[in-house]
Amino acid sequence: MLVTTLDNGLKVLIQEEHTAPLASVWCWYKVGSKDEGPGLTGVSHWVEHMNFKGSANIPRDQVKGIIEQYGGSWNGYTWIDQTTYLETATRDALDRMLFIEAERMASCLYHPDDCESERTVIISELQGGENDPDQLLDQELIATAFKAHGYRHPTIGWLSDLQTMTRDDLYGYYRRYYVPNNATLVIVGDVAQDEALGRVEHYFGAIQPGAALVRARTAEPEQTGERRVTIRKPGTTAYLKVGYHAPAVTEPGFVPLLILDAVLTGAKGLNLWSSFRVPPPQRSTRLYRALVERGLASSVSGALLPTQDPFLYTVSVTATEGSSLASAESALLEELDRAQREGITEAELTKAKAQLRARLVFDGDSVTNVAHQIGYFETIASVDVFTALPARIAAVSIADVHAAARALLVSSNRTVGWFAAVA
Amino acid sequence: MPLAPTRTTLDNGVTVLAKSTAMTPAVSINLTMRAGSSADPPGAEGTAWLLSRVIDRGTATRSAADIAEELDSRGIALTINVTRHLFSLVCTCLSDDFESVLALLGEILMAPSLPDAELATRKGEVITAIRQDEDNPGVRATEALMALLYPDGHPYGRRTKGSIEIVEGLTRDRLQALHAAHFAPSELTAVVVGDVETPRAAAIAADVFGGWRRPAPVPIPLSSPAAVTARRRLVIPMMNKSQADIAYGFTTMTRRDPAYYAFWLMNNAFGQYAIGGRLGDSIRERQGMAYYVSSSLDANLIEGPLAIRAGVGPANVDRAIASIDEEVTRLVRDGLTPKELDESRRYLIGSIPRALETNAAIANFLQAGEFFGLGLDYDARLPDLLGVVTLEHVQAAARRAMSPDRATVVIAGPYQE
Repeated sequence: MLVTTLDNGLKVLIQEEHTAPLASVWCWYKVGSKDEGPGLTGVSHWVEHMNFKGSANIPRDQVKGIIEQYGGSWNGYTWIDQTTYLETATRDALDRMLFIEAERMASCLYHPDDCESERTVIISELQGGENDPDQLLDQELIATAFKAHGYRHPTIGWLSDLQTMTRDDLYGYYRRYYVPNNATLVIVGDVAQDEALGRVEHYFGAIQPGAALVRARTAEPEQTGERRVTIRKPGTTAYLKVGYHAPAVTEPGFVPLLILDAVLTGAKGLNLWSSFRVPPPQRSTRLYRALVERGLASSVSGALLPTQDPFLYTVSVTATEGSSLASAESALLEELDRAQREGITEAELTKAKAQLRARLVFDGDSVTNVAHQIGYFETIASVDVFTALPARIAAVSIADVHAAARALLVSSNRTVGWFAAVA
Repeated sequence: MPLAPTRTTLDNGVTVLAKSTAMTPAVSINLTMRAGSSADPPGAEGTAWLLSRVIDRGTATRSAADIAEELDSRGIALTINVTRHLFSLVCTCLSDDFESVLALLGEILMAPSLPDAELATRKGEVITAIRQDEDNPGVRATEALMALLYPDGHPYGRRTKGSIEIVEGLTRDRLQALHAAHFAPSELTAVVVGDVETPRAAAIAADVFGGWRRPAPVPIPLSSPAAVTARRRLVIPMMNKSQADIAYGFTTMTRRDPAYYAFWLMNNAFGQYAIGGRLGDSIRERQGMAYYVSSSLDANLIEGPLAIRAGVGPANVDRAIASIDEEVTRLVRDGLTPKELDESRRYLIGSIPRALETNAAIANFLQAGEFFGLGLDYDARLPDLLGVVTLEHVQAAARRAMSPDRATVVIAGPYQE
C-alpha cells in the first residue's frame, strides 16, 4: 500500500487490487456527530447531504448522475467520528471520481434554497427512523449512557436543531472541517499506485489547508451506577437493549472484548459498511442459547464497533410474542454475570478466533469494502490498527478476555433500555 | 471479462453452476430450490417460510446443536431465503471449508429431520416477526399493495410469513409434506463461486447431490393477475407512527417478455437513477418531501409488480401522491428524453462489472439467469439487449402498464381519510 501525505496535509492511501476492472475512491473527513455542539446537533450529517448539491464546476443537476454514467455507484455516510463519501466505478472513471471528491472538498455551493429543501428531507429521515422502535430505543439508550461526551446525541440530530439551523451554520461547519489537512483519500482497485498518486496531486494539490482544528476534549466520566430508560409507546413488540461503556479501538481491552462478543453473540467482522448485512454465526453462542433457544427472544445481537473514543458494547434483544422483557433481561444478565465471573473457555476462544479470521476475509470481498476498511481505520485511529488486527486477535488469551469481561460487565457500567409496547 | 460459468446437469436433474474467482480465499454457495411461497397450500400460507426456519435444525445424522457447531466454528452464517418461487440456502465460507460445508448444506436440504421441539421455538420467532411486520408501515403498505394487485388468494398476494393463526396451526407433517412434494433434484440449482477450481466444485457437488432420487414435482399452477380497470386507494391508519409509507403500483410483465429491457430502462430513469430518478428529483430534490422515494420492478414468471414507494410526513401524503400521478402521466404522455435513456443505459451497462464483483453477487446473478433461462452468456449479451431499446419501446412499455387511472395506492401511517 502506498501511504503518503500531500503538502497541504491530505493523507493518501492507495492499494492496487487487480481482480476486477474497478476502482473505489473514498474521501474521509475527521468530523462526525461527536464534534457538534449544542444547537448544531445533526449538522455533520446535514452537511453531508449538502455536499451532493452542486459545486463550482459540477452543476447541481449533474452531481448525482456524474458517476452513474460510468456505471458507478456513489454514496456517503456520517457517524459519530467520521463523514465519508465514495464512488466505485470502472477504472477508467478514476479521474472523474477524484474530480468529484476535490470539488466536494473545496467548492460546494450551499444555495439557500437547497439548504431549505434538504431540511425537510432530513426531518423526514428522522421521522422514518422514529417509526422503528428498535432505532428509537437505541437512540434513547445512548443518550442515557452518555451525559458528557459528544457521542450522546444521535447523528441525525435533535429535531429542534434541525428546525432552526441556518445556512450559515451549515456552510461555516463545511468550511471549517472540509480541508485537506482533516481528510484522508483512499483508492483501491485496478490502478497503478504512482500514476494514481499523480492524479490525486493534480486534483487536490492546489487546495489550501485550513486552520488547525480545535476539538472538544470532554471525556465521559466513569459511570457510577446502573441507568435505566423505559419507553412506553403503542406497538406490537417489546425490545430490550443493554449497553456498557466499552474501550476505544486503540485500547488494549478492545480486541479481547471483540472475542467476548463473538462468544456471546457471534463474530460480526469489523466493517461498518458491510459486516452487518450478513448475520453473524451465532447458533452456538451463549446468548442465543440462553434467550432464543429458550423461547424468550426471537433475536439477540451484540455490537462492538471500532470508535475513536470509548463508546458502547450493546446487546439488543427482541422479546418473543408473549414473553416479558423482565424475563429476557433476567436471562441476559445472568449470562453476562457468568461471563464476568468465569470468563470463557479455551474452546470458545478457539472458535471465536476462527470466526473472526473468517469474517475479516469476508469483509474484504470487494474493492469498495477494502477501501472502506483502510479509510475507516485511518480516520478513527490509523491504518496500522487495521493491519495489526489479525495479530492482535491471535494474541488474545482467555485471561485477557476474562479481564475485559470483569472490567466491563459490572452493573455500575450498565444502561438498560426497554421499549415496552402498549396497545 | 465474461463470466463464462460452467454448467453441468447431474443424472438426477440437479443443475450445477460453477465459477472460479480469486479476490479472497472464500467461496459463496447458493443452493436454490424452486419451492418458494407459491408452493404453500391454499389456507396454509407461511408453510415454506416456517420450513425455512426449521430446515437447518437437524438432519438424519446431525442434531441442531451439531449443525450450529459446524457452521459457527467456521465463521459461517447460513442464510435461508424464501421468495415467491425460490427457497435458497446461501452462505460464504473459507475455501478450505468448502467441501465439508457443501456436504452439510446438501444434507440439510435433502434430509432435514424437522424436530417438533424446534418447530415450537421457531413458530414463536415467526409469530414475533409477523407482529413486528404489523407495526411496520412500510411492510403494511407493500403487503396491502400486493394483496390488491394479486387478489383472491393468488400466491403473489399472500403474505410469505402467513398469519399468526395459520402459523400456530402448522404441523411437522405439513412441513414434511411440502418438502416431499416440492424438494427434488430436478428443482435444485447449486451455484458455487469463489476460490475453488470449477471442475473440483462440480465434482464435489456431484458427490453431494448425485445420489438423491425423487420424482419431479407437479408444477404449481399460477395464473396471470386480472387487469386492473380502475384506480383504487386504501388507507391503513397507524396513528402511533411519525411518518407514512406510500405504496403505489401496477402489474407489469413477465421476465421473459421481449419488452422487459425497455421496462427495465424506463424504471431506472423513472424511479432509480441518481437517487430515485424522476420521482426522486420531484419529491425529494425539488419538493423536499421525502428521504426516500423510488420505484422497483419485479418482472417474474408471471406479470410482476412495479411498485413506487415513498416515506413522507402525514401532511405531505396527498401532495406526494399527486406528484407521483403527475410523473406517471408525464412518462406515459411524453416518454423519456434521449438524454435520460442514454444515461440510464450507460449506467445499467456500465454497472455490470461492479454488480458482478463479489462471489455472492455473481452467485445470485447466475441463479436468476438459470431460473429465467437467460443463458450462460447472459452477462455478455446484456449490453446488446439494453443497447437496442429505443425511446419508442420505452414509451410503449409505460403505456402498456402504467396510468394514474389504473393505479393501486396504499397509505400506511399516521394518516386518515
